[in-house]
Amino acid sequence: MDWPALALSLQLALATTLILLPLAVLIARPLAWRAFRGKSLVEALVALPLVLPPTVLGFYLLVAFGETSVLGDAYQALTGRALVFTFDGLLLASIVFNLPFAVQPVQRAFDAIPREVREAAWCCGMTRWQALWKVELPLAWPGLLSAIVLTFAHTLGEFGVVLMVGGNIAGETRTVAIAIYDRVQAFDDRGAAVMSATLVAISFASIALINWLGRRAGHRG
Amino acid sequence: MAEGLSVRLRQQAPIPLEAELDCAPGELLALVGPSGSGKSTILRCIAGLHTAADGAIRCNGDTWFDAAAAVSRPVQARRVGFVFQSYALFPHLTALENVAAALGGLTFAERTARAHELLARVHLDGLEQRKPAALSGGQQQRIAVARALARDPAVLLLDEPFSAVDQVTRRKLQQELARLRTELDIPMLLVTHDLDEARMLADRMVILHRGRTLQAGPPDEVMTRPQSASIARLVGLQNLFGGTLVQDGGGLKLEWLGRKLDVARIEGKPGERVSWVIPPEGVLLHRRERPSRGEAENPVPGTVQDCLRLGPFTQIRLVPDGGAEPLAFSVPTHVAERNEIAPGAHARVTLLAESIHLMPWEHTGEPA
Repeated sequence: MDWPALALSLQLALATTLILLPLAVLIARPLAWRAFRGKSLVEALVALPLVLPPTVLGFYLLVAFGETSVLGDAYQALTGRALVFTFDGLLLASIVFNLPFAVQPVQRAFDAIPREVREAAWCCGMTRWQALWKVELPLAWPGLLSAIVLTFAHTLGEFGVVLMVGGNIAGETRTVAIAIYDRVQAFDDRGAAVMSATLVAISFASIALINWLGRRAGHRG
Repeated sequence: MAEGLSVRLRQQAPIPLEAELDCAPGELLALVGPSGSGKSTILRCIAGLHTAADGAIRCNGDTWFDAAAAVSRPVQARRVGFVFQSYALFPHLTALENVAAALGGLTFAERTARAHELLARVHLDGLEQRKPAALSGGQQQRIAVARALARDPAVLLLDEPFSAVDQVTRRKLQQELARLRTELDIPMLLVTHDLDEARMLADRMVILHRGRTLQAGPPDEVMTRPQSASIARLVGLQNLFGGTLVQDGGGLKLEWLGRKLDVARIEGKPGERVSWVIPPEGVLLHRRERPSRGEAENPVPGTVQDCLRLGPFTQIRLVPDGGAEPLAFSVPTHVAERNEIAPGAHARVTLLAESIHLMPWEHTGEPA
C-alpha cells in the first residue's frame, strides 16, 4: 500500500475543492443571472474539459505550464517553483479539468433562485455581499454540495491529466490512481487490488460524509 | 411637492414609459392598467430595481433618482417596503427570520422582538417558526407585508399583492390592508389590474396605458367621468357611444340616433361631435303597464337583445331603435320578470341626464 500516494490524492482533492468552490461561485453567478457578450463562449470553455480526452487536455496544460511558456515563466519568477511535474502544477491542472464539475451545478443552483428573491434581499436593506451570504448561497447550497462532491471524487479518480502534467514522482505528483497503474505494470496485482479497494472505500465514504453533512446543514439553514 | 412621493419617468425601451404621478403621505394610490402597461416597471423604478432613461423620483424632499443630475440611489438606500407579486420570501428562513432579515442595524434581541411585533400586527403570532412552504398563500402574503414594513419604509409598494390567493382569502387580505393603511402615514402604491380592488382600497387611482399615465383621480371620478373614450374603454365602461351637440331652444343638447338628449353638464359648440358614456346605473327601465315618474327624461325605446340572469340581478342589453350598439344595464331579477323582459321584447328606458358624461370625440364604432 502506497500511503504517501493516497495522502497526496486526498490533499490534491481537498485543495482543488477549496480553491475551486469560490471560483465556481464567481464564474457561475454572472453566467446564471446576466446576459453578456460572449456568454456562450465562456459556457463552452467551461464545459470543454467534459468532452476532451484527458490526454489532449493534459497535453495542452503541459505546453501551457512549460518553463518556456508565459504562465510557467511567470510562476517560476513569482514562486521559484516550476509548474510541470510539481504538486502546484497538478493542482492548477486539477482546477482546470474540474471546472465543469464545479461550475455547472452551481450555475444551475443560482439559476433556480427567482430574481424577485434576490431583489427582495436588497429591498430589505441587505448589501450585495449580505444578500450573497444570507440569501443566495444558502439557497444555492444543494448546487454547491454537488460541486463539492463531484470535484472531490473526480480529483481522486483522475488519471490521464495527472500523468501528463505531473508525471509519476513519488511524494510530489504520484497520486493513488497513478500508483495503482504502477503496481499493475509491475505485476503486483495484490498491491493494485489493495489500493483500488482503499480508493473505492475512501471515495464512497467521503461522498457519503459530504452528503450527510450537507443534508444536516440544509435542514438547519 | 416636498412631502410624499413624486415620480416622473420617461424611457423608450425596454418598455416605453411616460409616467407622472404623485402620492401624499397616508395616501393609497392604485396604478391600474392592462398587463404590459408598465405598472410593475414603475414600481421597480421607484424601488431602484430598474433605472429609467429619463426623469426624477423624489420622496419627502430626498432625491432618489434624477437622470439630469445623474443621481440614482441604490436600492438599499431608498427605504422602500416592497411586496412582490410572488411575495419573494426567503424560503430557507422561518417567518420570523424573514421579517428579521429586513431589520439590519439592530441587535439580535431587538430584531427578534421587533419581528415578533410585526408578525403579530399581521395576525401571524404563533407561526413565527414556520418556513414559507409550510404556510398558506394568505399567510405568506402577510409575512411579505410584515417584512416590507420592517424597515420602517418611506414608501410602501404593493405589486398585485392579492393575485395569488383565492377569492375568500383575497377579500380578507384586502380588508386587512384597508385597516393597516389607516395606521400608516407614508405614500402607498398598489399595482392592480382589478378595478374593483382599486375602487375599494385606493384614495386615488392612476390609469396606465402603454406606459403612459392617462388620468389620475378618485376611483369614482375616473370610473364615471373618464377624460377620454380610451380611458372609458380601459376602465371597462360599457355604453360608450358617439353623438353630436345641437342647439335646441335655449340650450345645448346631445343628438344621438335622431333623438335629442338632455345632459346635465354640457359644453361645446353646436355641430361638435362628441363621445359619451353612461354608467349602467344611469339607465332606468320603464314599467310596462303604467308610466312612472321621470319617464319624460330622455326616453329611449328599443329591443331586448339578450338578458342574463345573474342571481338577484338580471343584465339586460337593449338595442335602441335606429341603432346597432346595445345599451347595457341591470335590474333586479323580479323587476325583469314582472316586465316580461325577454330577447326580442320591446322596452323603454330613461337615460338620466345627470349620468351622461361627454368626452372629446373618438371613434367608437357607433355612427352618431
